[in-house]
Amino acid sequence: MTRYSFWSLLREGLRGHDGWQPVWREAEPKPAYDAVIIGGGGHGCATAYYLAKEHGLTNIAIVEKGWLGGGNAARNTTIIRSNYLYDASAAIYDHALQLWKGLGRELNFNIMMSHRGVLNLAHDDNEMRQLKRRIEANRLNGVEAEWLDAKQVAEYCPIINMSPQSRYPVIGASLQRSGGVNRHDAVVWAYARAAHDLGVDIIQNCEVTGLKIEAGRISGLETNRGTIRTPKVASVVAGHTSVIGAMAGLRLPIESHPLQALVSEPIKPVNPCVVMSNAVHAYCSQSDKGELVIGAGIDAHLSYTQRGAFPVIEEEIAAVLELFPIFSRLKLMRHWGGIVDICPDASPIISKTPVKGFYLNGGWGTGGWKATPASGHALADLVARDEPNAIAAPYSLERFTTGKLVAEHGAAAVAH
Amino acid sequence: MFRIRCPYCGERDQIEFGYGGEAHIARPADPDALSDAQWADYVFMRTNTKGLFAERWVHSAGCRRWFNALRDTATDRFVATYVIGEAPPLPVPQLVPGDQAPDPAEAIPEEAAGGGQR
Ligand SMILES: Cc1cc2nc3c(=O)[nH]c(=O)nc-3n(C[C@H](O)[C@H](O)[C@H](O)COP(=O)(O)OP(=O)(O)OC[C@H]3O[C@@H](n4cnc5c(N)ncnc54)[C@H](O)[C@@H]3O)c2cc1C
Ligand SMILES: [Zn+2]
Repeated sequence: MTRYSFWSLLREGLRGHDGWQPVWREAEPKPAYDAVIIGGGGHGCATAYYLAKEHGLTNIAIVEKGWLGGGNAARNTTIIRSNYLYDASAAIYDHALQLWKGLGRELNFNIMMSHRGVLNLAHDDNEMRQLKRRIEANRLNGVEAEWLDAKQVAEYCPIINMSPQSRYPVIGASLQRSGGVNRHDAVVWAYARAAHDLGVDIIQNCEVTGLKIEAGRISGLETNRGTIRTPKVASVVAGHTSVIGAMAGLRLPIESHPLQALVSEPIKPVNPCVVMSNAVHAYCSQSDKGELVIGAGIDAHLSYTQRGAFPVIEEEIAAVLELFPIFSRLKLMRHWGGIVDICPDASPIISKTPVKGFYLNGGWGTGGWKATPASGHALADLVARDEPNAIAAPYSLERFTTGKLVAEHGAAAVAH
Repeated sequence: MFRIRCPYCGERDQIEFGYGGEAHIARPADPDALSDAQWADYVFMRTNTKGLFAERWVHSAGCRRWFNALRDTATDRFVATYVIGEAPPLPVPQLVPGDQAPDPAEAIPEEAAGGGQR
């Protein structure tokens, strides 16, 4: 693998950029692997990388039905934070945040990680109490978080409408300075490139159509490009988790909804951070290109179509303009949807299943991007050792039977 | 955006309706007799079908009555709406856990299946 550096960029710049090489080989499916990962999104590619790097499992493959990173990885608003309420959440999301900090260097890829800070606004006394409680819980878990009063909010993000006359006046906010955003494509490509470098096969345009199960144990999978034998399969397919689950005869606590997002025309830098508000239900950041990146809430109905309904967009724009009247004359450039896999407790599943050798990673819903490195890390550990580590253990499928849910709905702020 | 045919009022815009999720999930007849696993199935597990799916809608800004619909979740095309209490006009995959699930591809009439994959 050629290392990327300032010098390689300079050299290519002077040579007209015609010396760049493809960073992974288009692999044909082999008849057998030691393990196969279904789904080439952020989580799938991260899983492959950590399996190869930390567990020495290199005779493995990622099978992706479309192109790498074309699912929710390509569609999300990349908000990264770890200020969740419960211990189990703090453990996994903060592990991810710590990994994000060094990931660009580790993978030798500019993932454009920007720790620009995430504000969660409070609009009434009750919300303020909730956020302060969350800050205290965060601190007990060693998660960085602080409270800003209204004046400090206005200093940190001057474009927020601070008028006490507004319908939902801003009275304060929690701030996680280490939160932020990054470049979604770069993350997927960086993991894929590093995994490929360690020997992982990356197989695109390869859709899994069935699982082969013999005597309660996985023995392979059927794809549109033939049968692959393998003793271990990890499903990391986000919105399609129930579809793959059904191939193993599993009913899962997941519902797949459209989630929409949009970007404005590019403008000069105006929004220095990520702003989220539960009450008006909006979240917004600004990309390095200058576009405002705006996320909506989920569409209420189930769907696999990767598009949502227009009224959701209308509501979202109303909410954003409530917070940022300054945006009122901007044009919107693009708008799209992804399919998010929602669990009843708004927490993910990283779990063994009743089928031996078949592992599930899903249910990340509207907010799994931020967890990508830790999700892949924990799943790789589970696949390699067939036992969940301390981070993955609370996210087993059994919690829906025992009732030990990780109920982050109230605490997780708006959908993202 | 959908146009949905309320069985009572006819076709209206989606914004007039509320969504009620999967249809035909019957409340356990004898709750005391249920195991934890059966409770988990009733409360949390969902078929989340890609393909023909039975679901509930309520005409909130109209007659305010609940009804059921069959929709293909792979294409978002509505196949039928029907009154609560009626059986679905087509067989729906995996109505009840443990039931024999018909092949969803067979259950969808040609014109409703559209170009969606499943
Ligand atoms: C609009 C939107 C905004 C979001 N904003 C945020 C945010 O701000 N912060 C945050 O933390 N999270 C956010 N999320 C959630 C986040 O995007 C997801 O939780 C996360 O990306 C899911 O993991 P992934 O990247 O592996 O998924 P994906 O990229 O969806 O990867 C799954 C892959 O599996 C493949 N696949 C499916 N079925 C098969 C099959 N049968 N065979 C082979 N391959 C298959 C798919 O093609 C896909 O490429 C958002 C999501 C959306 C849609
Ligand atoms: Zn009606």
